[in-house]
Amino acid sequence: MDDAYIRIENITKRFGAVKAVDRADFGIRRGEFFSLLGPSGCGKTTLLRMIAGFEYPSEGEIYIDGAAVTDLPPNKRPSNMVFQSYAIFPHLNVADNIGYGLRRSGLSKAERNARIEEALAMIRLPDMGNRRADQLSGGQRQRVALARALVNRPKVLLLDEPLGALDKRLREAMQIELRQIQKNVGITFVFVTHDQEEALSMSDRIAVMSNGQVLQIADPRTLYDRPNCREVADFIGTMNFFEGKVIGTGGDITEIDAGIAGRLSAKNVAVELTAPGNDVLVAVRPEKIVLKTAGAAGLVGKISTSAYLGERSHLQILVPGLKDPVSVAAQTTREHAGADVSLSWPAEAAIVLPRH
Amino acid sequence: MRRRGPKRNLGLVFYAVLYLAFLYLPVLFLPLFSFNDSAFIAFPLVGFTTKWYGQMLADSAMHTALWNSLKVGAAVALASTALGLLAAKALTRYRLPGGAAVLGFTSLPLFIPDIVLGISLLILLNTMGMQLSLISVMLGHILICAPFAITVLMSRFDGFDKSLEEASLDLGENAWTTFWRVTFPLVLPGIISSLLLTFIVSFDEFLIAYFLAGTEATLPIYIWGQLRFPYKLPVVLALGAVILVVSCVLVVLAEWVRGLGQGGKRMVGA
Repeated sequence: MDDAYIRIENITKRFGAVKAVDRADFGIRRGEFFSLLGPSGCGKTTLLRMIAGFEYPSEGEIYIDGAAVTDLPPNKRPSNMVFQSYAIFPHLNVADNIGYGLRRSGLSKAERNARIEEALAMIRLPDMGNRRADQLSGGQRQRVALARALVNRPKVLLLDEPLGALDKRLREAMQIELRQIQKNVGITFVFVTHDQEEALSMSDRIAVMSNGQVLQIADPRTLYDRPNCREVADFIGTMNFFEGKVIGTGGDITEIDAGIAGRLSAKNVAVELTAPGNDVLVAVRPEKIVLKTAGAAGLVGKISTSAYLGERSHLQILVPGLKDPVSVAAQTTREHAGADVSLSWPAEAAIVLPRH
Repeated sequence: MRRRGPKRNLGLVFYAVLYLAFLYLPVLFLPLFSFNDSAFIAFPLVGFTTKWYGQMLADSAMHTALWNSLKVGAAVALASTALGLLAAKALTRYRLPGGAAVLGFTSLPLFIPDIVLGISLLILLNTMGMQLSLISVMLGHILICAPFAITVLMSRFDGFDKSLEEASLDLGENAWTTFWRVTFPLVLPGIISSLLLTFIVSFDEFLIAYFLAGTEATLPIYIWGQLRFPYKLPVVLALGAVILVVSCVLVVLAEWVRGLGQGGKRMVGA
């Protein structure tokens, strides 16, 4: 990728026999809010720590702004990090924490103080400079850690699950604030999280990782609407899967025989999947499924559970012959447990994925 | 038939009192008889005097021995704490192959009888052709003090988040400046506590010093020598009383400083 500001080039990291990161190869653009998303142990934090310089890759190269940083120690890299534990220095006050990295910047004392004041204003904690580190709340510690990193004006800011320790309400407020700060400073953010909602709501682009491998890199909407494999589809939101075999393609519509689930149509299927007889998975989001009373055309089943969530209801539908119940997010709540229903969805809602 | 708690516990209380009396009464005799105006250590007490303390202060051999012990203690405290600092950082911060074995082997001198350790060190130093002196005492004492230093400092290192040091590296400091700006201030209570404890262990140690001192006596060796002269016993008691008080103060100080550390732990972990 020509426009890559951070270039992860064929990076593999082994711990003994375990491959923590397996041939990661992608670029991150300048000024981008980029997330590494995946379950714990997927290698996202190891990848981040290799960008920071706390781990060195077994293979591959890392470039930041055109310069190879692969073998540089953390203090020689143009990146700064916000740690999961925040790592606020307990023996220093807030101002000294924020100014910690400025001592080697060559700035005068007055300039450094001005930067610290500016940073305190940015995180909306003015006049807190003399506060002791142990007098801060969780949210305040998080902001001080952010200010301490950003005050050095790094080329790249690395964030290791920085919101994980906060309660839900504070976390949501910080998501918005963090995104706003990133927009204002224009610094490239690389954000590690296991929370898919967080990644979807904040990121310009997301790399979904699993077992050390990068499965898909895309913007949130593409990731949600067009996942490229079962793992991504499963990890991002809820997804219904139907196993099937391609029958044939006419125009932009591909017909698939999904056994008990019947004959399904899908639109704009990737051409490498459309060979007749090919084993595929048809994936459909719960909110794309249209619920009708029994008798209408479609997949026939019975509502097993119904959970009312205010703006919508989550229903589980048992279809005779299918192993897993079908999840449906319905706008209306007239249907209740035990009712017979018929399910259908438009061809463009069906995502066709390879089956392995 | 009533069974009540206090009645049953009476035996336990009696036992505890007896135990504490056995532990501390002999120690209390030390200051008691050191102020008694008689060369014989026996009741009844004859009268109050400070002349034994006067004699003690006038004894130049005692001065030399005290000075020797202070020199050895200070050197041992510094050296074993420095070694302990390096070992504790290595054992807590890095995944060392065989780290547990290393810890076990460095602690072993604590469990080897001092007399065995003293004799074997004597043989070793003789074989090497090294002259016995205070230096050889220091070497022997470092061997038994380092495990104390490692233990005290490891608990301190365990108490703070490794990412604090990583954050310092990330913010532009190198390993050396990170040590001075972050690690050192955070382990300082442990370092002070370790210095005090290792000093006391060295200062009070007799057996190894006895084997390795050659002609230069440390304070415990001097005291041992004085015991041959019965009329000097009250002077030894006076000296013992002083050592007792100073040791107690240092131990309490060491524990207090270490306690400051524990308070800091909560703050770091939050």
